[in-house]
Amino acid sequence: MSQGTVQSSNDTVVKVVGLKKTYFLDHIAVPALKEVNMEIPKGSFVSITGASGSGKTTFMNILGCLDKPTEGHYLLEGTDVSLLSPDMLAGIRNGRIGFIFQNFNLLARTSAMENVELPLVYAGVPRHERQQKALELLEMMGLKGFDMHYPQQLSGGQQQRVAIARALVNAPSIILADEPTGNLDTKTSYEIMNVLKRLNEEMGVTIILVTHEHDIAAYGQRIITFRDGLVVSDTVGP
Amino acid sequence: MNLTEAIKVSSRALYKNKMRSVLTGLGVIIGIAAVVALVSLGQGVSNKIESQIASLGSNLLFILPGSTSMGGVHGGFGSVNTLMPSDAAAIAAQVPDALYVSPGVRWVGQTVYQNQNWATTILGVGSSFPMIRDWPVAEGNFFDKEDVDAAANVCAIGQVVKQQLFGGIDPIGKIIKIKNLPFKVVAVMATKGTAGFGQDQDDSILAPYTTIQKKVLGIDYLNFIFVKALSSSSVDAAQNEIEALLRQRHTIKTGSDDDFTIRNVADMLSTVMNITGLLTIFLGSIASISLIVGGIGIMNIMLVSVTERTREIGIRMAVGAKRRDILLQFLLEAVTLSTIGGIIGIILGSILSLTTASFIKIPVKVNILPVVVAFLFSFSVGVFFGLYPATKASKLNPIEALRYE
Repeated sequence: MSQGTVQSSNDTVVKVVGLKKTYFLDHIAVPALKEVNMEIPKGSFVSITGASGSGKTTFMNILGCLDKPTEGHYLLEGTDVSLLSPDMLAGIRNGRIGFIFQNFNLLARTSAMENVELPLVYAGVPRHERQQKALELLEMMGLKGFDMHYPQQLSGGQQQRVAIARALVNAPSIILADEPTGNLDTKTSYEIMNVLKRLNEEMGVTIILVTHEHDIAAYGQRIITFRDGLVVSDTVGP
Repeated sequence: MNLTEAIKVSSRALYKNKMRSVLTGLGVIIGIAAVVALVSLGQGVSNKIESQIASLGSNLLFILPGSTSMGGVHGGFGSVNTLMPSDAAAIAAQVPDALYVSPGVRWVGQTVYQNQNWATTILGVGSSFPMIRDWPVAEGNFFDKEDVDAAANVCAIGQVVKQQLFGGIDPIGKIIKIKNLPFKVVAVMATKGTAGFGQDQDDSILAPYTTIQKKVLGIDYLNFIFVKALSSSSVDAAQNEIEALLRQRHTIKTGSDDDFTIRNVADMLSTVMNITGLLTIFLGSIASISLIVGGIGIMNIMLVSVTERTREIGIRMAVGAKRRDILLQFLLEAVTLSTIGGIIGIILGSILSLTTASFIKIPVKVNILPVVVAFLFSFSVGVFFGLYPATKASKLNPIEALRYE
């Protein structure tokens, strides 16, 4: 276990040292992450796989600053976020992390544009600037003209592209995609994966993808497999 | 997130659930409307009674025979015959703070003019009565001291009596019969209106007290004495002087109770104002209960809303909403509901009190104070009952909230 300050180099976006997470269910300790060390350089496309219960979701929640580790350190662009308060974590999520979820998690009865705007609302960006940026990103996602549509008026693939636009709107350090194709058909899944791949290759966005599907994981340059709260393999992709 | 943004988010959430928002707001609307209407009506009634009592005459003192408690026995006013015309004369002569003094006797009975008749109150009074009661003469001349000394058969009639006995005829100089005695009408009094407690002063006839005493009632004592003090500041002094004088004249020993009662209009006014003020507060409090019920309605719906929108809260937290952003959002929803409800309630309550007032003929005006209090109250109801659901929302765990189905 590491103590004191941990540092990471400039081109490392995520550095995890001695990360442990233990849940307590009725005072019985249930270890979810036993000891994880990892370094992810800027511009990577990393796939994290593993069976359910392997700890990959817990790891993802910690990377997304939605949860805090029990022990160890997590450095996001050199900031040790494992030491921050809930409100400071909210600020980190707002500015440096973009989420893409399996079930899209768009606000219902709220237009596509307003969904994309949402992180900027909490960042305190003026309305005009927010809308302009949201429209740009929707256009980039091939959703020009859909800005006033509600999520329920869009197909699954379109909804996920709105979600990707929302994840990108704050120009985050990392994009966390949690089973982004889990609710999509095969064809749409590949479309979405190609969007992510292009973002990574053309714009240098760091993408961390969690999936249990091998063909989806194969989009990553690097595939990390979790089992029983430990990293069991870390390979550079095909 | 700044406040304008938060207000926008909250009002949109309320707008998306129009029916629910309206029904939830209804509780506060009814509560505030009830408070405003009841308080306004209470004040209207209060003002009316106040003006009626004030119409008895300013700086006015009544002296009635008998005490409120004599030897532990509470006798009714007028149950003893201790007040004499000489008492009135003594007050006029010896009390420097008394401006006018008028003895008074009272008889209720039938009056007749030709083939018309009307049952009314006949007051036997002194010639200074119009000055004492601030009651001007509309037509003719009020009887003078000589008429009183001579026990002349003259009288002044109120507007209601004029209407009932004479209709359109000019009553001045006509003879009416009171207990079969002829009385010449010398004056018609101006409209005076209702004194407190529903007694219409215009439905009365005024005659010299000597005439009524001797010819109608056959008594030598008085039913009351009216005194007008020099000014409002000398009312208390006049009351003390009269009390001392009458105790001396009636040879009441120190420590014994008075055999008369002195009332002044200012005291009556303050007593009645206390009662009506309490009544208004009481009505307002009862109405406030419905406001609290309305507040609980808001809390209930906000709790349901927080549960329903758990996923939304999770999404907002994931993209960077801080706890206070979520708190503010839900608190503002509750406060918006309650204050808009409050404003509608104020309008509704005002309309309600004004329409009711026009039905029961009470001069109601909606005062600014109860309106401001009602508005602030509705705002506080929103804060108070919105705080718990909003706190609950802000304390949700984002991971669990995101996974909530």
